[in-house]
Amino acid sequence: MAEEIIRLVNIAKEFHGVQVLDHINLQIFRNEFVTLLGPSGCGKTTTLRIIGGFESPSSGDLLFEGERINEVPSFKRRVNTVFQNYALFPHLNVFENIAFGLRISKLNNKQIARKVTEALELVNLRGYEKRGIHSLSGGQQQRVAIARAVVNEPEVLLLDEPLAALDLKLRKEMQIELKNIQKRLGITFIFVTHDQEEALTMSDTIVVMKDGRIQQIGQPIDIYNEPKNMFVADFIGASTILPGRFIQDFHVFFADRAFDCVDKGFAPQEEVDVVIRPEDVKLVAPEDGMLQGVVTSVVFKGVHYEMLVESGDIVWKVHSTLMEPVGSNVGMVILPNDIHVMKKVAS
Amino acid sequence: MRFLKKSYLGLIFLFLYAPILILIIFSFNASKSRGAWGGFTLDWYRQLFQDDALLTSLYNTIVIAIVASIVATLLGTIAAIGIYRMKGFRKSFMINLTYLPILNPDIVTAISFMLLLIYLKIPRGMLSLLLAHITFCLPFVIISVLPKLRQLDPQIYDAALDLGATPKRAYFSVILPQILPGIFAGFLLAFTMSIDDFVISYFTTGNGVSNLSISIYSMARRGINPKINAVLTILFVGILALMFFINRRVNTNSSKKERGNV
Amino acid sequence: MKRNWMAYPYFFWMLLFTIVPLLMVLYFSFTASVNGDGRFSFANFQRVLDPLYLNVIWRSVRLAFISTVICLVLGYPVAMLLAQSQASRQFTLIVLFVIPMWMNFLARTYAWMTLLERNGLINTFLGWFGLGPYNLLHTEFAVVLGMIYNFLPFMVLPIYTVLNKMDPALTEASYDLGATPIRTFFRVTLPLSLPGVLSGISMVFMPAVTTFVIPQLLGGGQFTMIGNLIEQQFLRSNDWGFGSALSIILMLLILLSMRIMSHYDRDRGEGGGFF
Repeated sequence: MAEEIIRLVNIAKEFHGVQVLDHINLQIFRNEFVTLLGPSGCGKTTTLRIIGGFESPSSGDLLFEGERINEVPSFKRRVNTVFQNYALFPHLNVFENIAFGLRISKLNNKQIARKVTEALELVNLRGYEKRGIHSLSGGQQQRVAIARAVVNEPEVLLLDEPLAALDLKLRKEMQIELKNIQKRLGITFIFVTHDQEEALTMSDTIVVMKDGRIQQIGQPIDIYNEPKNMFVADFIGASTILPGRFIQDFHVFFADRAFDCVDKGFAPQEEVDVVIRPEDVKLVAPEDGMLQGVVTSVVFKGVHYEMLVESGDIVWKVHSTLMEPVGSNVGMVILPNDIHVMKKVAS
Repeated sequence: MRFLKKSYLGLIFLFLYAPILILIIFSFNASKSRGAWGGFTLDWYRQLFQDDALLTSLYNTIVIAIVASIVATLLGTIAAIGIYRMKGFRKSFMINLTYLPILNPDIVTAISFMLLLIYLKIPRGMLSLLLAHITFCLPFVIISVLPKLRQLDPQIYDAALDLGATPKRAYFSVILPQILPGIFAGFLLAFTMSIDDFVISYFTTGNGVSNLSISIYSMARRGINPKINAVLTILFVGILALMFFINRRVNTNSSKKERGNV
Repeated sequence: MKRNWMAYPYFFWMLLFTIVPLLMVLYFSFTASVNGDGRFSFANFQRVLDPLYLNVIWRSVRLAFISTVICLVLGYPVAMLLAQSQASRQFTLIVLFVIPMWMNFLARTYAWMTLLERNGLINTFLGWFGLGPYNLLHTEFAVVLGMIYNFLPFMVLPIYTVLNKMDPALTEASYDLGATPIRTFFRVTLPLSLPGVLSGISMVFMPAVTTFVIPQLLGGGQFTMIGNLIEQQFLRSNDWGFGSALSIILMLLILLSMRIMSHYDRDRGEGGGFF
């Protein structure tokens, strides 16, 4: 899988003096499902639009199979896009929307009909050829947009928050389907989203961005378990993040006591951030806990309960399948493996 | 209460229609008196078709309206796309430039244009009329097309490029079909404005070239003449027929599209 | 991909045929008209202060104002009735309302000449009751009537557009809260329709104050308005300087009234600003 297809070298972008992208470096491989993840305004969509050719970078190089393509206009790139609001042509029906790119490449009618049919099969929309765009549901429009892009057999498919407009249930279905389509076509997907759950379920690689900078690149499991800094930790999951002090390798002090941990390499007495995921806090009887507290709130979240436990002046977020009623005294246990010590970021 | 409402609307419609209906009826009146009905006649129409000057002015009116509205529509549509793509100061400047002649009093537009013609030594006649009509029609085309461009999903153009269309092709195959209703509305507006114009034509013509409005004005100042009634009746019925024809075509087209969607 | 250049032909067209001519008007208005030697002068504007001409300006504003008020009083209920009518009939009513506007502007004015004449239809009709004949044509009444007739649709249509877009739940909510229909009208419907009323007012006042055809034909040239005065300067007395000064004053009058109107109307699209 290690064959590179796209590389961003020191890409920067300014809009009216505002630095939207701050010297991004990114390597994308063939057949990879890459997700650009971050809050709105982090530069993820701009990155995608630069790859698509709709914006040109202020500086830096964009390489496609090793060749610089900064100046290649979008209509000559072997890249296709699924737009945020689909951008289907309202004056054309489903068939003609999908055939749009094929007609430009001057295929004959027979080839076009065959390819459109295949594309419609891929997205489970056979029989919708003659329908107008406005008579389709949001999910169906989404599928047409995907078919319209993939029918041109691009080497890279760009997807700009394609699921944002769908309701939750449909979004979950489409996540699975998109992943299947990607596997079947065997091409590179670059997917933009602000939904960390979407990113975690679908991607081979996640690129977390903030303020025009890449915060972390990694596989979903790494990003989730080993967030590089407080921002990534906070964005990826609703963790409890505490100020702490590194004592020495494998020992850290926070929440008024010392804990064993698996981190090393920080200076003694260094100020650090400590991240604890809510599902990593185990509730036990008060006398068995490392920390003691009082439950102040309980919310049922479908699979688990989300509880807030007050302990000293710290409020812990705890996920558990067992419910402790509000007001009850509980103990909390955190295993060394679940303590993530991170460098403090100046914010 | 409902009766009151209905009769009020009725009175207003009477006020709006009575003068026009009477004008039409009296074009068939044998008596030259406007107070009394002297029997049905087509005399005034016969006289009208022997009046070369009046027929020429009718011809001028139609030719100018067609040419001016076509030129204004072409130039205006291209300009609207350009303005739509502009940003910031330049865009608001162009939009204000477009509103200026719309808000400016007719008569000021007319006399200023007249001054320009004299200064540039452009002979006053058919050409000057055409230039003037194109000029005052242009802004109306732009204000009809611009809203359609604003309604466009900006990603549509990107999508066409993404699928391999050159910018030119993207405009013709994606943008143009969607702003066509605005272009058509602009054309119609320009056409009717041109047909209806008197003030600007009055000041920018010369050398005996006259359109219908000018002919009517000079005849009306000399007094009432049933021949005017006849020519106005023809013009009114013509425009009415044109509008209904266009309306029908637009309606059948859009209902065809609706059916295509189901 | 920039396509700004597409606006350039239009820009140069407008520059040549709109901006340059207006600058010429401005130039002539500040130039001494004697011998046309091009000396800077305020003489043309000083001449406007002559009571004779101030009277003309006052008459223009007065007649246009009266016509605008009558159009508003007559037109608002029409707009309301149109907006309240059933959706199926509404389109027909609007078309019926617009059709007279397809008649040539001069024709509509001319039609009233035949009606108002001393031996015209109205006097004939009154004669059956032993009244008249009255001198209706060539009066201020005829001029105001002509303005109302020509410009009434410009008042009705903007108000109708606003009323038609208004959420009917708003008046229902008002009734629900115990307001009488009259109170609902003054506290809910009227304030919300104000943008339409304002654009209606300017769309009637502007052409009314600048017209020269209506006073010429229906006033018989006896009730000179600014428009007539300007026409005379350019087509008869050939006094371009004075005519230009009058044109500048007319433009300022229009821009001023637009300014006042838009002050109350914040709901404008992009690019307003100047006006």
